[in-house]
Amino acid sequence: MTNNKFLKSMSFKFTEENLKRIEQARKKYPTSLAAVMDTIYIAQEQNKYVTHEVMQEIANVLNVDPVDVLGVVHFYTMYFSKPMGKYHIQVCTNVSCMLRGAYEIWDKVKDKLGIDNLGVTKDGKFSLEEVECMGACGYAPMISVNGNYYENLTKEKVIEILDSLQ
Amino acid sequence: MENVKIVLPDINNLNQWDVYLSSGGFEGAKKAFSKTSDEIIDIVKKSGLRGRGGAAFLTGLKWSFMPKTTDKPKYLCVNGDESEPGSFKDRQIFEYNPFQLIEGIIITCYAIGAKVAYLYIRGEYHKWINLMQKALDETYAKGYVGDKMKAVFGTDFSCDIFIHKGAGAYICGEESSLMNSIEGKRPYPRVKPPFPAQNGLWGNPTTINNVETITNVPAIINKGWEWYSAIGAQKHPGTLLFGLSGHVNKPGVYELPTGILLTDLINNFGGGVPGGKKIKCVIPGGSSMPPLRGDKLEGVKMDAESLKEAGSAIGTGGVIVMDEDTNLAKVLARITKFYYHESCGQCTPCREGTGWMLKTLNRIIRGEATSPDLDLLINVASNIEGNTVCALGDAAAWPVKFMIERFRDEFEKYVKSSVVIPVPNKVHSMRKTAVPLEGIRK
Ligand SMILES: Cc1cc2nc3c(=O)[nH]c(=O)nc-3n(C[C@H](O)[C@H](O)[C@H](O)COP(=O)(O)O)c2cc1C
Ligand code: SF4
Ligand code: FES
Repeated sequence: MTNNKFLKSMSFKFTEENLKRIEQARKKYPTSLAAVMDTIYIAQEQNKYVTHEVMQEIANVLNVDPVDVLGVVHFYTMYFSKPMGKYHIQVCTNVSCMLRGAYEIWDKVKDKLGIDNLGVTKDGKFSLEEVECMGACGYAPMISVNGNYYENLTKEKVIEILDSLQ
Repeated sequence: MENVKIVLPDINNLNQWDVYLSSGGFEGAKKAFSKTSDEIIDIVKKSGLRGRGGAAFLTGLKWSFMPKTTDKPKYLCVNGDESEPGSFKDRQIFEYNPFQLIEGIIITCYAIGAKVAYLYIRGEYHKWINLMQKALDETYAKGYVGDKMKAVFGTDFSCDIFIHKGAGAYICGEESSLMNSIEGKRPYPRVKPPFPAQNGLWGNPTTINNVETITNVPAIINKGWEWYSAIGAQKHPGTLLFGLSGHVNKPGVYELPTGILLTDLINNFGGGVPGGKKIKCVIPGGSSMPPLRGDKLEGVKMDAESLKEAGSAIGTGGVIVMDEDTNLAKVLARITKFYYHESCGQCTPCREGTGWMLKTLNRIIRGEATSPDLDLLINVASNIEGNTVCALGDAAAWPVKFMIERFRDEFEKYVKSSVVIPVPNKVHSMRKTAVPLEGIRK
């Protein structure tokens, strides 16, 4: 962590409304640390990605150690430390999907967008991620766009979906 | 018995409050509150209900480990992390029968004396988290959970249910990792003992059960353990949500009595293999379970005991079918990549071993491996197995060990076709080659 840098530019603040949501999340648990995952999600929604500055503010709001927040943020795959595209495309290539052609879908999407795993297109419209089993194995192959599942895909359908995203 | 459905009954719009109530919803809870918690644990014990999260542990027995007298608060964690490749069953419950899950949670809380339950759902399941939250909000609004339930059920017991959203980590399905995740810590699995029933969430007595396990409970209380224990296999009764995926014509989730023939499941319900091809391999319980040979499926039944005899395990009931044209080295490499990616890194054998196995398997795929590499793989797998803090180590080792042992002929073919160029000194040989260095670096 480059401490000095982010302390100087402490500009991230939660909106009033989000502070209320965090308060709501805290009520579910006997400790405030337990609300950290919900709070990181709320922060990511507001800021699009989670920087050290954001983590510091989460720690302030929850009154926990920033290092604890960092340890949690880095463990999970759904918290991003850089801005992702307007449409975040996830392609599952795990075994059940792979058996039904997931790697062809992956190649197709990669070619179409011209980016690789965790890349973002220059215009910021798309980002791409190869993901592990999404719990859609019986409806394989699948992709997820901003968390919405598209299942039972073919290469043609995938292109249609990408083209429909504006 | 063939079409008995307990967890996902064929009732339209069962996910709507009125429909659920008019279909006998909350009858189980009403009956439960006319009994003592010990009586409920006893009924569940006699029913023979076993966990659907992977280990098929006896549910009633697990509940009875919870201390009866304690000053500490008790907790229930309901495991909906559902990240095992091949498993996609719990999401059906969130979508089609959320109230029965809620009713099951209420009964379980009462039985073990928990005032708070956390329903852990994987973060990728946005849609299903929203559906579940909606169902939960409605149950609160109707007064069937929370403080108002005392009046509704005429009892002095009450409990609260909260949803905890995961954020993308398979390991959080492991029960002690799940508890650390809820506590907001880095979700490393914990060393056991102490077990959760003594020392769980925030150091308090805790029970962890799978979503499907809990959804069975209202029916058992409502219709009695005699009814339940007569369904399916004697030692592993009830129905299972079998998830069929891979090379089958009709993949999907099928609720069927335990003990059904694996070949029936694939051929009659799954519509067989596309193109009428032969089956090379089946993983019967999610990617962590030992794979079975396609020519050894005759007579294999789908319940915990029968699958153990057949050399595998029921796991989560996720059946992955592979036809005769499947390249098993690629399948195994992909499965191993998953465990390599998901290892939390706490134990050396799991953290390093998964990486070694992946590298060796990739070598096979590139056509650069030799027969001793197969023994090396089995050796590495055996050194992970049993030497780690949590069962992810075993989950990574089993597919490798058993797939290579059971398909040795097949794997020998992959390595035999390899071209092995003897290169005693890599640096030296690179100097001699005409290929430009950039090409090699790539
Ligand atoms: C690596 C790993 C991942 C697991 N993932 C899940 C899961 O996603 N869902 C689940 O119910 N159990 C999972 N389990 C099993 C749980 O640890 C626990 O045994 C189970 O939730 C207990 O519920 P049951 O007794 O009702 O089966 C996992 C275990 C391991 C070792
Ligand atoms: S076995 Fe693997 S996943 Fe489990 S605690 Fe050890 S390193 Fe972590
Ligand atoms: S393997 Fe792709 S969703 Fe399960």
